[in-house]
Amino acid sequence: MKNGFSVFLAALVALGLSWCGFVLGSVKQLGTAKQESILNSSDTYPLQPTGNATLGLQVYRANGCAACHTEQVRQDGVVCDVVLTAAGKNPTVVSNLVSTLKLTGLTKDEADAASDKITDAGGKVEIQINATGVDIPRWGVRRSVAADYLYDNPVQLGSLRAGPDLANVGARFPDLNWQLVHLYAPQTVATNSAMPPFRFLFEVSKIGEAPSPDALKFPQGFAVPSGCEVVPLPEAKQLAAYLLSLKADAPLYEAPFTPVMTKP
Amino acid sequence: MKPTETTDSSTSEIDASCRVPLLALFGGAALWLVVGLALSLAAIMTFHKPDLFADCPFLTYGRAQAAANDLLLYGFCIPAGLGVMLWIFARLSQAQLVLPLVPAVAANLWHLGVLIGTVAVLIGDSTGFAWLEFPRGSSVLLFAAFLLIAVSAVATFGARQKSELYPSHWFLLAALFWFPWIYSTANLFLTTHHPVRGVAQAAIDYWFANNLVFVWLALVGLGTAFYFLPKHAGRPLQSHYLALFAFWTLILFGTWCGIPQGAPLPAWMPAASAVAASLLIVPLIVIAVIACKTVCGANVSCKGGPFCYIKFGTAAFVLSALMLIAESCPRFSRVTEFTWFGPAQVQWQILGFFAIVMSGAIYEILPGVMGFALPFPKFVRVQHWLFMVGIVLWAGSLAVGGLEQGMRLDDPQGLFADSTHVALVFLRAGSTGLLFILLGSLLLAANIFAMTFRWKLALFKRMIAYIKSPLETGEVKS
Repeated sequence: MKNGFSVFLAALVALGLSWCGFVLGSVKQLGTAKQESILNSSDTYPLQPTGNATLGLQVYRANGCAACHTEQVRQDGVVCDVVLTAAGKNPTVVSNLVSTLKLTGLTKDEADAASDKITDAGGKVEIQINATGVDIPRWGVRRSVAADYLYDNPVQLGSLRAGPDLANVGARFPDLNWQLVHLYAPQTVATNSAMPPFRFLFEVSKIGEAPSPDALKFPQGFAVPSGCEVVPLPEAKQLAAYLLSLKADAPLYEAPFTPVMTKP
Repeated sequence: MKPTETTDSSTSEIDASCRVPLLALFGGAALWLVVGLALSLAAIMTFHKPDLFADCPFLTYGRAQAAANDLLLYGFCIPAGLGVMLWIFARLSQAQLVLPLVPAVAANLWHLGVLIGTVAVLIGDSTGFAWLEFPRGSSVLLFAAFLLIAVSAVATFGARQKSELYPSHWFLLAALFWFPWIYSTANLFLTTHHPVRGVAQAAIDYWFANNLVFVWLALVGLGTAFYFLPKHAGRPLQSHYLALFAFWTLILFGTWCGIPQGAPLPAWMPAASAVAASLLIVPLIVIAVIACKTVCGANVSCKGGPFCYIKFGTAAFVLSALMLIAESCPRFSRVTEFTWFGPAQVQWQILGFFAIVMSGAIYEILPGVMGFALPFPKFVRVQHWLFMVGIVLWAGSLAVGGLEQGMRLDDPQGLFADSTHVALVFLRAGSTGLLFILLGSLLLAANIFAMTFRWKLALFKRMIAYIKSPLETGEVKS
């Protein structure tokens, strides 16, 4: 390169290409995303978080929680399971057929073939889709997709799992008191935790005429100074509300799975 | 091309013209390096004793660690790199620094921005984006200061005597152009009142962080190394054309890296990053060949001096880029993603590569610029050892700990708590390394501050003498 201008041009071309790709490309492709419809349902996903959950994201950001926690679940693929829902008119034929077929851990084509055979014999089946991967039973039911972060600002994906993934923590630990106690003294509810306690989000105060309705209920064996109670400050309540709002559990077109129905 | 240098009196004049801005840039940089490493050490203490800062929101791990990283990058790396760049431009142009007061003022503006940003992060006012934590007020100061320094650098470049360019010129000029573009893009898309929606934020932040921490540091560090390696080895850079090839491939491929393989983004993004990272092996081999052919067999012993720093730093860059490539390889990233291996690569890049190259360059430059020898010349060798041992221990522990952690995370039957506990042992060992680096940085700061003090004292004495002298002559006359 003979002069400064050619260096400028080289840098312009190189950086311009990646800028068009990763900046312009992501803004075009993701910046105008809207709510999606949940598979086999008329509902949309995600719902806009409100109130304390929105404020809690700012507490999460301010304290740099993303330094140790990710909010993203990875997935290897999906497997299909064929489940017999009704035996039909010829139960013995169907049950004999079912015992000879492989019905779990199938690909889509295998599952379709098996379901065709059973349907021909008169049985009724349902194909269930399950996500696979090391993250799946542990942190969530499916991989994280762009739609999960639609209303987050700033998006806190995180890059290190010094602590557990939180993409689905609201579904895994739905109890508000558990979340608050865990923030105040993590080791009391999660024995092996390496998390630092966030006592500065709480206030230890003397119990007045009546105990505060917000006061934490600790498990057996945790000693609060006598006559005192631990009351969450607004930040702690907001953070806990945010954590409870983290539920990436809707089946979507790009990340399908069959939800486990819990019937009353 | 070997940077030819005139031995006439103009060299010392060129050096002297850099004195004020370089002292402002290096002094602040050394201070931030010490503060940043101390803060980093404080943050890592949380892993020794979890409830250490349970009642102190300012030093909670998430805040202290972010502030420490920003201090290392924005506080130390960028001003130190800019200072060295100004000096190299002046020397290569064989001209005095143009508008020396502009970068001197801008340096103070920059350090003010870093101070505001760090305080903001510690009081919980960070933006929440990795490597872009400083809030808007501070970013504006940093951006303006960078442009001002760039004005002086480009003007000095334009004042050069010979029109031909050296390889260092390409790398450093590209870096001057790189930062304003990525920094303004990241701030305009992420930290304004109307940021982009959803996960596009993460994509832009990944792009920005990679272009700053990997590409920008590589451009400045290699530009510096390609100036000093031939100078010390006493032979031209081997060769001009290989360097040109390395430059082009580095900026073409390096800028596309950085999107993690498991990120919840459209699949083409991590795929493009993986391809770019695997192509990065090309400039990497070329850079290694250039460095080897320039240095090996030169028969110049470095004796713990600046040459040792630059050689170690160049080798460290190759390793850092190899770690980056490994992280982008899908099979390998399954294990290393979300582990301490990522921070290990970043720490190795910032401290093992860039901080060592910059320390060497500062030790090389300062005596000439100040016009007197280093006050503590023995510190140079001691700091080199402290840095080398410290960074190998620190980043090495993080990397090995990350691999151990990753293998446990990748085991579907394993307990999550096992993965954190196995990493804890390595983190604790690594913090010893961090302590060594901190001690080393104190030596660098001691040298820079002692020189600044001596220079200011001399200025003060001269001023006193100047005030006194006319009076004396007046008395004689009367």
